Amino acid sequence: MRNAERKEDLAGREGRIFPVSGLRLPVFPSNFSMILNATFLSAFAGALLVLVLPERWTRWIALAATLAGLGFAASAFPAFDNSPSAPHFQFVTELPWIPTLGISFHTGADGISLVLLLLTGLIAVTGVLFSWNVVLRPRAFFAFYLVIIGGVYGVFQSFDLFLLFVFYEIVIIPKYFLIAAWGSTNREYGAMKLTMYSAAGSALVLLVLLATYAASGAHSFDLFTLADPSKAAFAPGFQAWAFPVMFVGFAVLAGLWPLHTWAPTGHVAAPTAVSMLLAGVVMKLGSYGALRVAMTLFPLGLAQWRIPIAVLATAGIVLGALVALAQKDLKFTVGYSSIAHMGFVLLGLMTLNLSGLGGAVLQMFSHGIIGGLLFAVVGRMIYDRTHTRDITELGRLSLAKTLPFAAVTFTIASVASMGLPGFSGFIAEFTILKGAWTAFPSLLIPAGLGVVVTVAFTLIALQRTFYPAGEVPASPPPQPPITLPEKLGALLLMASTLVIGVFPSVLLDPILRSFESPLMHGLIQGGPR
Amino acid sequence: MNPLLVALAPQIVLVLTALAVLGLGVSIPRARNAITSAALLGPILSVVALHLFPVHGLFLGGMISLTPLAGIFQLVILGLAVVAMVFAADSFPKTHFAESLALVLFATVGMLLLCATDNLLMIFLALELTSIPLYVLAAFDKASRASAEAGLKYFLVGSVAAAFLLYGISLIFGVTGSTNLHAIASFAGPSDPLLLVGIVLAFGGFAFKVAAVPFHLWAPDVYEGAPTAAAAFIASGSKVAAVFILAKFLFGALGPWAGSMTAAGWAPVLALAAAASMLLGNITALVQSNVKRLLAYSAIAHGGYLLLGLASGEPASLPAVLFYVIIYAITTAGAFGVVLVVEHERGGSRLEDFDGLAKSSPGLALCLLVFLISLAGIPPLAGFFGKFYLFATALENPHLLWLVALAIVLNAISLYYYLIVLKHALVLPSHEDRKAGLHGTRALVAALALLVLALGLFPNFFLTPLTQSFHPAVADEAPVPNQTHP
Repeated sequence: MRNAERKEDLAGREGRIFPVSGLRLPVFPSNFSMILNATFLSAFAGALLVLVLPERWTRWIALAATLAGLGFAASAFPAFDNSPSAPHFQFVTELPWIPTLGISFHTGADGISLVLLLLTGLIAVTGVLFSWNVVLRPRAFFAFYLVIIGGVYGVFQSFDLFLLFVFYEIVIIPKYFLIAAWGSTNREYGAMKLTMYSAAGSALVLLVLLATYAASGAHSFDLFTLADPSKAAFAPGFQAWAFPVMFVGFAVLAGLWPLHTWAPTGHVAAPTAVSMLLAGVVMKLGSYGALRVAMTLFPLGLAQWRIPIAVLATAGIVLGALVALAQKDLKFTVGYSSIAHMGFVLLGLMTLNLSGLGGAVLQMFSHGIIGGLLFAVVGRMIYDRTHTRDITELGRLSLAKTLPFAAVTFTIASVASMGLPGFSGFIAEFTILKGAWTAFPSLLIPAGLGVVVTVAFTLIALQRTFYPAGEVPASPPPQPPITLPEKLGALLLMASTLVIGVFPSVLLDPILRSFESPLMHGLIQGGPR
Repeated sequence: MNPLLVALAPQIVLVLTALAVLGLGVSIPRARNAITSAALLGPILSVVALHLFPVHGLFLGGMISLTPLAGIFQLVILGLAVVAMVFAADSFPKTHFAESLALVLFATVGMLLLCATDNLLMIFLALELTSIPLYVLAAFDKASRASAEAGLKYFLVGSVAAAFLLYGISLIFGVTGSTNLHAIASFAGPSDPLLLVGIVLAFGGFAFKVAAVPFHLWAPDVYEGAPTAAAAFIASGSKVAAVFILAKFLFGALGPWAGSMTAAGWAPVLALAAAASMLLGNITALVQSNVKRLLAYSAIAHGGYLLLGLASGEPASLPAVLFYVIIYAITTAGAFGVVLVVEHERGGSRLEDFDGLAKSSPGLALCLLVFLISLAGIPPLAGFFGKFYLFATALENPHLLWLVALAIVLNAISLYYYLIVLKHALVLPSHEDRKAGLHGTRALVAALALLVLALGLFPNFFLTPLTQSFHPAVADEAPVPNQTHP
């Protein structure tokens, strides 16, 4: 009863977040919403706790922190008001931070942000489950891991470009150490290559960010201010160079061909959880930044450059799939397939119609789940046990018999990756191709070819690894059984791709509605502006 | 009391402390702790004096000029002096221990005066008062040939730079008829090429202290050869004072002669020096195998970033440059603190000496991560916001886009060499045992790392007092440099 009264009291007085009477806690302004910020705060708090608390608790702290993040991200979905009259951006927090430069702590979410926050939560939890066996310096491992998670959560909810860039850059350094210290094949080279590509991409983004601030004259880094033509207008000449530089800067992280080469080497060198993070969410940072910042700020530059970028994206689809066809290392196969799938995202973004854009965001989610699952099977379930990723050698081990759970999981993930109906990948790629049909009819043939090759290399890899033709040794070497954390993680991801495959509107409706907001509406061709 | 004595109280306290420390060194040379405590009392009392007598105004016709901004810089320099003395107390040899601390105090007096004058002659005197104790400190390790070489090199290059400065001052005086910065600022005579020559020569004198190309040659050898505590002070305190006075000299007195990319003036000279420093510093640092030498090339590169801010000629850049140099000094002092501990444990500062640091001293490795990542300009550390602020304000001058683009690209490249150091410290294993000790330095390093993190997350805590102190200081006196762009 008393609790209920206190709640009433809290609701009555906006701004008080802690219902503790008598204690003078800092009173936040009414535009403060905790639920989104709690995602990255729980990750950063987890990183800190991992460092200071005893080592035997490390994995549990990491699991609790990521579960809390997933809980907050998921609970934002039912709390999000989807009625037509509701504001497009909800859970907004806006606090002054560095007024000298017009920087504020401004977070919030629309449907796009929500979907990607949910993806981050899912991948974060499964990443911890698939790292349950890390024994080398686990505290440092999980601290770096949780810092990446926190940074990714932050990017997907920032609407101040300075804040967004801060979160975007926080992700870079932990990636290096996670790969260089806990990785496998050629790890120091792979880590440095990946980090330098990321840093180069960030440098391009930073340059345009600063030039935009100077050119706007609006004395603000707020995305809503900068994207409002009445407050900040950018000359066509400025947009003509600013857009491609910033877009490419972001798209380096999304695996835009020909700047994608960090991805396969990085994925292969990385430990399992980090490959999952890279493919699952970090590559999405690039495509999200390209959509949310570059495309939103510079519509004129976008119109000028969309065809060349669409061509590069299609080249990524086709060449990524073809190169994947030729790989002997299973992890490289999955790594190149990521390039092909991310090519679909970039192609969808360039269509500039509702179907393509919505499909692109859904594909970010879908590939995040499926790519994460594939890397989990290859890195944790197979490589940690067999210590080889060579497809021919794996074929001799009769993995379908000795590791049936891995075989089933990989089969489901492969089928989802091929874009079979019933899984999320199908809806996403189908909507993108539908959008591309109206926007770039001539690119549809190579993109369709990419789909065919994707089916081919996925089937070949699946068959050669788990169900090889010809002689099978009578008594294959036994493998350690799949552990419970692995099963839980795999089930979580498989369920996600299935649920979204069957009920895509759960995600697609909020995504599509986001493109009606004043901020994003200008992207749809024929819209005002 | 004589108002001049009150105004100079911080410096007077320091000189008296230095003399007392010298006396203690003669009478009780073995009592290391007593000498250290007495020496540390100097900066602390000096801070108290600054706080008790917040005198602002001009004395002796501008020979002494006290402003709130100068007060902030004096405070920072006193803090860096404390850092240097704690490092020195942990690492300097037994013989002539008191003298080393007294030298730090004397150099600090010079730096404080450098922040508190409007007169070119006083600037020259203060610069020499700063430099000469630092020459001696650089050569203080008498058992080391590298230290002797460092001292001699620092002294020779420094004397040449001093000659440049003096000659430049004489030309400026010849044209404008005054050595007072206010009088020079209000000089209304015809534009004389001789004046520009004077400005550029004087700039050379300051560029030596900032370690900017082409006056950088001393930096790698001095940073590597000098005792680490001395190198830390040379890299931090002396750089802060030099950048402050260079900014005051250029923006406060010579604003009208800034020029631009198309018109003659000091701005294009600075832009070229900035580009050369950033290129040389960042590229050469890539191949270094000694961390102190690497930090020297990083210092040259950072000198370039600072000159970039000054070269913009924008009044808005001034607080950004001053903010950045303070951040840089704190960060680099912390990095030298980590090097000091590693040298103590392993006897060297090569990259291999950092192997396995994360295992033997995890806290120290974490601090090194904070300092180097901050130098590389990665958020959420102070170095990131410092660079962001610096570049954002420099871009208010649209002619400078090329230089900012160069700086951002080179800054991305710089991440490579910082990561190499961190790879040795955090990734690579080591089988050698490490010695414990140097608790004072370790504690101070941790405090500096926390400061770097705090200033990165909440730069406003420091930015607000800094920008507010500008009203009566250099910025307002500065006639807005002529901007040829629309």
